[in-house]
Amino acid sequence: MSQATSKAQTLYHKIYASHVVGKLNPGTDLLYVDRHLIHEVTSPQAFSGLKLANRKVRRPDLTFATMDHNVSTQRRSIDAAGETSRKQLEALAANCGENRIPLLDLTHPDQGIVHVIGPEQGLTQPGMIIVCGDSHTSTHGAFGALAFGIGTSEVEHVLATQTLPQQPAKTLKVEISGELSVHVTPKDVIMAVIGKLGTAGGNGCVAEFSGSAIRAMSMEGRMTLCNMSIEMGAKAGLIAPDQITFDYIKGKAHAPEAQHWDAAVQYWQSLYSDADAVFDQVVEIDAATITPQITWGTNPEQVIAVDQSVPAPDSFSDATKREAAIRALAYMGLEPGQKLTDCKVDVVFIGSCTNSRIEDLRAAASVVQGQKVAAGVRALVVPGSGVVKRQAEAEGLAGIFKDAGFEWREPGCSMCLGMNDDRVEAGQRCASTSNRNFEGRQGRGARTHLVSPAMAAAAAIAGKFVNIAAVNEQGDRA
Amino acid sequence: MSQIFAQGLVCPLDKNNVDTDQIIPKQFLTSVSRDGFAEAMFYDWRYLADGSPNPEFVINKPEYQGAGILLTRANFGCGSSREHAPWAIQQYGFNVIIAESFADIFFNNSVNNAMLLIQLSKTNIDLLFNRCQQGPQHWQIDLASQEIMFGNNAAMGFNIDADIKQRLLSGLDFIGSSEQLNPQIADYEQSRKASQPWLG
Repeated sequence: MSQATSKAQTLYHKIYASHVVGKLNPGTDLLYVDRHLIHEVTSPQAFSGLKLANRKVRRPDLTFATMDHNVSTQRRSIDAAGETSRKQLEALAANCGENRIPLLDLTHPDQGIVHVIGPEQGLTQPGMIIVCGDSHTSTHGAFGALAFGIGTSEVEHVLATQTLPQQPAKTLKVEISGELSVHVTPKDVIMAVIGKLGTAGGNGCVAEFSGSAIRAMSMEGRMTLCNMSIEMGAKAGLIAPDQITFDYIKGKAHAPEAQHWDAAVQYWQSLYSDADAVFDQVVEIDAATITPQITWGTNPEQVIAVDQSVPAPDSFSDATKREAAIRALAYMGLEPGQKLTDCKVDVVFIGSCTNSRIEDLRAAASVVQGQKVAAGVRALVVPGSGVVKRQAEAEGLAGIFKDAGFEWREPGCSMCLGMNDDRVEAGQRCASTSNRNFEGRQGRGARTHLVSPAMAAAAAIAGKFVNIAAVNEQGDRA
Repeated sequence: MSQIFAQGLVCPLDKNNVDTDQIIPKQFLTSVSRDGFAEAMFYDWRYLADGSPNPEFVINKPEYQGAGILLTRANFGCGSSREHAPWAIQQYGFNVIIAESFADIFFNNSVNNAMLLIQLSKTNIDLLFNRCQQGPQHWQIDLASQEIMFGNNAAMGFNIDADIKQRLLSGLDFIGSSEQLNPQIADYEQSRKASQPWLG
């Protein structure tokens, strides 16, 4: 390990070391978990397992539940998304009730996507270890917390012991320096990083994002960035906390109480990678080189700048990437050399744990304002939580979307994965602000193109993909 | 020392980046049970739109019926953390997956279900796919000696993390072994409360 030869430590190693309860095996530590977030899909079997083994939830006070994955976003009713979904939601309510676990159910005004509400409620804080049975738990790394997705067996393990066996991961530093162009968003940044490193480029690593472009980002932007670090295979994304982080947390429901606030901030200020800390891998990117991005294929590394042409399979020197490109083009119904800005869209989805926060909705609304959704396009906005929804309504954003012809929905995961009734039909092309363009993800045969909220909004208005940078240049920014 | 972890027919799935949405699509995730996922494995590839088996998909080919070892390529199991993915694969009958690489969460989930995931170099994976092209393969996996045995004294070694090997060989209870550290967990909680009272 790098830290064995040097006192300098990465942020990841600092957090890891401060959570070691003991050693399980020569290479495996038992780490303490500060926050365990749960939802309806990956927890029922864990609770059954506990019951079967006659175990109890060790720290219900450090566990927090929400309903998000398969709730209806049309109306806030537990039976609105079908019989099996209702049973799963009822199971979560029963398990939380029996074990005294706080739950934001569908009757709670703040209910929403687990990775939106954790930060919003102040549950997510720097230096914590946070786990959840969901791969996009990496989102919480935006606060300088070590946060990662786990499976159901691990959910059961954490419920029983409030700990998790871990082995040290490798470290990857992604340094993004300079200033982003006005029309380039954190979504474009992370998609460009994934395009550069590949979907497995971060496997086995915790990725720390640093550099002046990251420092300049809001918490919402940092969350988008860390959210998609799993899409390059990274175990977690991580950003050292700073004043922007502290300001975001202050006053939130579960933020440190007034008498502890100063001590907490003092501790949080120690959470950064030492200047001479050694990373296993370092990638440096000039922010100015990043342009608006769009995926053309069926995994997130199959991404291009929106003004580029769809690549030809022959342009990939690696044989397996070439074959993957052939398959992806066939599935997506695209030809090499085609411009995506010539491609019509059928569906536009603005939402998901990647891009459903207030800043995302503001960006989309500023593009939509005063215009109409193109004929034949189905467009929906699904706010990430009740808090986001109320704020968007208060700011007049909901009115802008509704006047334009967007459906304005209730909070939930919705069309990101289509576990509820929000699906993209076979062969339909969707501009989506979500995180995965896998085959069948949004519905069997659905063709997903991942984009930023502004690009999705522009596609809804134009009825086809547009280069948001070009629109802005011709518009009021010219 | 020799200990056969698994033996059986090998099914070659010649794809990179097989994601968990492919391994088990979302419509099967609303179950509250841990069982009943075998039929859902690779659903969109395995069945045609009318629900009949897709004869082109390798799993459905007559020569691979009853396979117990899955051979595939890089970054297998990427995407969501759904443990339903290894459950489906195991319930179908695969207890061993051999690949160039695995996504981290999928790897952990599989180990937690006592499945053996073997990671090999691209060169070796290519060699194994070449063997499969010669006709259906029956291999034995010896976990103790860390070898894939092809018969006729031919074998290929593999590396595995020592702690994981120990867990698979001894069948240790995942939660039970951590509970042996209960006193340390209680100590940790006490010092955590003293030094960082805001954490609860």
